[in-house]
Amino acid sequence: MRVLAAMSGGVDSAVAAARAVAAGHEVTGVHLALSAKPGTLRTGARGCCTIEDARDARRAADVLGIPFYVWDFAERFTEEVVDEFVAEYAAGRTPNPCLRCNEKIKFEALLDKAIALGFDAVATGHYARLATVDGVLELRRSADDGKDQSYVLASLTHEQLAHAMFPLGDSTKAQVRVEAAERGLQVADKPDSHDICFIPDGDTQAFLTRRLGEQPGVLVDDETGAVLGRHVGVHEFTVGQRKGLGIDAPAPDGRPRYVLSLEPVTGTVRVGAAEKLQVTEITARRPVTRITFDGPVECVAQVRAHGGLAPAVAEVVDGELLVRLREPLSGVAPGQAVAVYREDAAAGDLVLASATISSTR
Amino acid sequence: MAYFDHAATTPMLPEAIEAMTRALSTTGNASSLHTSGRRARRLVEEAREDIADALGARPSEVIFTSGGTESDNLAVKGVYWSRRTSRRRRVVATSVEHHAVLDAVQWLVEHEGAEVTWLEPDGLGRIRPEALRDALDDDVALVTAMWANNEVGTINPVRELAALAAERAVPFHTDAVQAVGAVPVDFTDSGASALTLTGHKLGGPYGVGVLLLGRDVATTPVLHGGGQEREVRSGTLDVPSIVALAAAVRHAVSHQAETAAELAALRDELVASVRRVVPDVGVNGDPVHRLPGNAHLTFPGCEGDSLLMLLDAKGIECSTGSACTAGVAQPSHVLLAMGVDPVLARGSLRFSLGHTSTAADVRELAEVIGPVVERARTAGIAGLKRLAGKATAEV
Repeated sequence: MRVLAAMSGGVDSAVAAARAVAAGHEVTGVHLALSAKPGTLRTGARGCCTIEDARDARRAADVLGIPFYVWDFAERFTEEVVDEFVAEYAAGRTPNPCLRCNEKIKFEALLDKAIALGFDAVATGHYARLATVDGVLELRRSADDGKDQSYVLASLTHEQLAHAMFPLGDSTKAQVRVEAAERGLQVADKPDSHDICFIPDGDTQAFLTRRLGEQPGVLVDDETGAVLGRHVGVHEFTVGQRKGLGIDAPAPDGRPRYVLSLEPVTGTVRVGAAEKLQVTEITARRPVTRITFDGPVECVAQVRAHGGLAPAVAEVVDGELLVRLREPLSGVAPGQAVAVYREDAAAGDLVLASATISSTR
Repeated sequence: MAYFDHAATTPMLPEAIEAMTRALSTTGNASSLHTSGRRARRLVEEAREDIADALGARPSEVIFTSGGTESDNLAVKGVYWSRRTSRRRRVVATSVEHHAVLDAVQWLVEHEGAEVTWLEPDGLGRIRPEALRDALDDDVALVTAMWANNEVGTINPVRELAALAAERAVPFHTDAVQAVGAVPVDFTDSGASALTLTGHKLGGPYGVGVLLLGRDVATTPVLHGGGQEREVRSGTLDVPSIVALAAAVRHAVSHQAETAAELAALRDELVASVRRVVPDVGVNGDPVHRLPGNAHLTFPGCEGDSLLMLLDAKGIECSTGSACTAGVAQPSHVLLAMGVDPVLARGSLRFSLGHTSTAADVRELAEVIGPVVERARTAGIAGLKRLAGKATAEV
């Protein structure tokens, strides 16, 4: 196959490309330039947008002996990921930009271009397992529980996954680092990137305030309706947040208070006790399903990128995914995705569906 | 394989390789006073005389540097610093210069109190002398205008431009990196005060160049040290590179006319053969005043990076013009200054021929360009498809 390897400059995508080469594919490496103003060496290699990352990716491609190019997706990325991220926060939701980037950039803009240019697949360094079993394409959790990224891939359509390759799915991060060193890849001990790549200093709230300006509002006690404080915009908050609420007076019962909900139109942030965060029912829109939902299906639901797991029953009702949790979860934020899995300890949990959380109860 | 990127770098001439190899095995710092030093100095001075002779300059006007970027920086910053007074701090530069000039000028503006007047080219990439005449005044410290454009290959009326600057007694620098060896270049006759050339564009080694600098042009050094090169450019002289550069300049200049005729014919055949399979291909730059080895083409509906990759996979090497530090192909600032639509600018490629180019290279390109453009068009449209669809849906 002719494979386009998306190379971020990190160790995972380098080893993924190496494995595609080792598997006998004809591989071309591409680094996606996603920032209109790439960072300098001084700003460091924290995201996927720095000059150093482009150089690391190029070096890895040299070592693998594959052609390498940098393609400019900055405009698409700004429109489809960054602007969307800001708009979602402005609307009181909590988006996942990595998931969005997979949907719109790596497996849409890049994949479309790759296919048009004669490639058969796009390979990435994601930790997830993808296999065709009896003619059915199955997306499963990675062999490395801690690194599993199936959650941010679960919303890809069948057509998108049909042209995807995740060569690292059966490995752990530790194995990947060892392999990188064995293959002579200089990025073997490069630190993982954690933060949102387009917010290199990691200060999401400052970034949002710069983009959205100040839209002052109040923090309100969910029970009494009392105004507890003021804020510069609902985008400063995420459902389930406890720290940085800026409330001076302690709660009468002395217990910590959490953000329960965000109302962007009135600028109201409702806060209250931890138990009020407990959610037992999730409604999610735009479901991408990987099985046919004839009725309620036993599953495990995941509501954020790391953690947030509970046994559940999922069902498609009126075009929406309805997830009833058997154990309550807290901090379930609208705008995040809910992915539902069929448990499978041996082969890796199987993704059944994913959708964007619109409301909770 | 067909190499169409001679404007980026061209293979070393056998004469230059031979001269360099010989010099590499000798020892001697050209500033040393003993026999070895004198031998090295002699090689350098012979090289200096050869280069001066080939380019219509006096030997004392030849300042050896590390290449085009250094020569440009030395001319722009050095002359500006020397001439700057409270009332004379304007630099007049064309907007289509190489970044070695553009960014040096911009740096003077940002850090050294310079003002700048950018001369815009016409639609063919040429700077009109009237534009310079209008820009000149008593407050101008320096004029800089390239001899020939590295991207679209347009040749400027350097003599006229230099004469206008001379009328006002303003030093005139020209970046002739693409011109030397490609078109006749005579420093004295051009009227320029300073002229940049570099080795690796004319069959010499990388990392060595020259600034031809008139004796009377006051220039503040950028590099301070041992006082070599008229105390304008300190640094131990790179004898093997200088010797090889001289060999390359000698050869390139003495064969200039015949090479230019051959390359122009080959270039015209390249454009014609591409046009036969891609009828809507656009040809950029001045059809008359242009470098013999340059064909700058626009492929409507394509993205340059797609074309480059597809051609590379077929063994055809060309250029999208310029790339940012991260390696992203950028729409050329030259095309944009010429008024080319940004989308078309992104679909442009430079094919540059040189002394090793053959008719077989051109045939190789002609055989693959049709399907490559067709495929790149599909990809170009794919890139826009979904956004276009989205926009429609929202309307």
